[in-house]
Amino acid sequence: MRIKEHPILEFNPGKKVKFTLDEIEMEGYEGEPIASALVAAGVKVLSRSIKYHRPRGFFCAIGKCSSCLMKVNGIPNVRTCVTKLEEGMKIETQKGKGDFN
Amino acid sequence: MRETDIAIIGGGPAGLSAAIYAASLGAKITLIDDGLELGGQLIKQTHKFFGSEAQFAGIRGIEIAKKLIQEIERCKNIELITNATVTGYYEDEVITIIQGADGNIMKKLKAQRIIVATGASENMLPFINNDLPGVYGAGAVQTLMNLYGVVPGNNVLMVGAGNIGLIVSYQLLQAGIKVEAIVEALPKIGGYLVHASKIRRLGVPIYTSHSLKEVYGTDWVEKAVISKVNKNFEFIPETEKELEVDTICLAVGLSPLSDLLWQAGCQMKYIVELGGYVALRDDHMKSSLDNIYIAGDVAGIEEASSAMLEGKIAGLNAAVSLGYRVDNFLELNINLRKELKELRANPLSEKVKIGLEKALIKREVD
Repeated sequence: MRIKEHPILEFNPGKKVKFTLDEIEMEGYEGEPIASALVAAGVKVLSRSIKYHRPRGFFCAIGKCSSCLMKVNGIPNVRTCVTKLEEGMKIETQKGKGDFN
Repeated sequence: MRETDIAIIGGGPAGLSAAIYAASLGAKITLIDDGLELGGQLIKQTHKFFGSEAQFAGIRGIEIAKKLIQEIERCKNIELITNATVTGYYEDEVITIIQGADGNIMKKLKAQRIIVATGASENMLPFINNDLPGVYGAGAVQTLMNLYGVVPGNNVLMVGAGNIGLIVSYQLLQAGIKVEAIVEALPKIGGYLVHASKIRRLGVPIYTSHSLKEVYGTDWVEKAVISKVNKNFEFIPETEKELEVDTICLAVGLSPLSDLLWQAGCQMKYIVELGGYVALRDDHMKSSLDNIYIAGDVAGIEEASSAMLEGKIAGLNAAVSLGYRVDNFLELNINLRKELKELRANPLSEKVKIGLEKALIKREVD
C-alpha cells in the first residue's frame, strides 16, 4: 500500500514500471528500491532463512541485515533494499544460499 | 591506481559536512557512500531540528540534506562514488570499493587521509519470533514511508520511547498509520517530553516499565505480547497484555558501524554511553592512527546536528594536516568545538559527555 495523503511530504515517484516476482507480474516505480516496491505490492516475505526456512521480511533498509536477499535477473543474493527497480526486472525468492541456475 | 587527498567513507550528515569543509580548503576529496541516495538518515527525517541557526535549527532533516548535497555538487574537487561499499583498508593506505547491484565492479583508491563517517546500525532486541516479517528497525520504517511513500504496516507497536521511537511514532500517525502503543523498558520516557506529549494527545498510550515479550504469526506478525518489567528488566508474571498488531518497530538504540576502524587497527574501546565500540580520538577527531579521522555516529551515537559539527572538525583538521592552509585555523577549531559544547549543554547529553571523556586522547600541546 502507498501513502495517499501526507501533511508535510509530497511524493513524486518516477515512471511506473512492470516487473515479475516468481513470474507473477507486479508494478512499482522506476528507481525506488526493489524491496520497497514489493512491500507496497503487499509482499511481506522476501526470503527464507538458510537452515530452518523461516520467513524473512524488510528489516534494515541500509543493506546491512541480509533479510532481503533475492535473485534479481538471475543473480542471487542481491540486496533488494539498496537496488533500484527497473522495467522488466525478474525477481525471484531464492532458496538456500542462492545459485546461478 | 586512483589517488586522492582525503577519502570520506559515508555520505550522511557527518561525511557531507566533512567533505564540504575539507574541499573549501582546496583538498581533493573522494566521497564514497553505500546508499541509493546521498544524505544518510537525513533524507528521511521530516522533523525540524533543534539547536542554533548555524546548526540548521527549525529546518527539517530532508531540507538540510538537500542543502548539503547541493553544496557538494557545486564543489569541483569532490568526486562521488555512490551505491558503493568500502570493503577493506590496507596498510599501504589503499581502500577497496565494491560497486554495482551485483557487486561486480571493484575499485582501489589510495588516500592520504581517511575520514570514517559510516554511521550506525540499529540494535536488535531478543524476543520470541523476532525474525518474523513485520518486525522492522525504526530507520527502515522511516525509509519506506518518508522516502518512498510506502505503508510499512497497518497497526504498529513501537518499542522504545527515546527520541527516535517518539519521532517515528509521530511520523507514522502523520502518514495515517495506527500506532497501538509505545513500550519503554525504562521507568521513564527517554526522549524529549514535547514529542511524548504530542503523541499522547493523539491517543497513543506510552507504557513505561514495559517491554515486548513475544510476537505470534505464521508468515508475518499477527499479534504481540507485552509485559511489565521490574527494575532488572525481568518480565513480571501475570502482567502480559496482547495487542493486535501487524508491525513491530524497534527503536532500541544504535551501534556504531566501526568494522573498518577495527580492521585498520585503530585503538578501540567499549564505551556504553556512546553505544558500543568506538575508536579513541583527540579533539581534532583524529583516531590513534595519524591518517584516520572519525565523525558522526561511528564516533558515538548522537544526533545529526553533532555529526555535522564533528564532520566539519574532521574535514578541517584532515585538510590542514596535508598542508592546505586557512588563515584562522586555531580560531575555527575553537569555535567549532564551542558550538559542539553548546549543543551538548542539555540534560539528555549528560551520558554522551561522560562517554566522550572516556574516548578522548589528550594531546600535550595544542
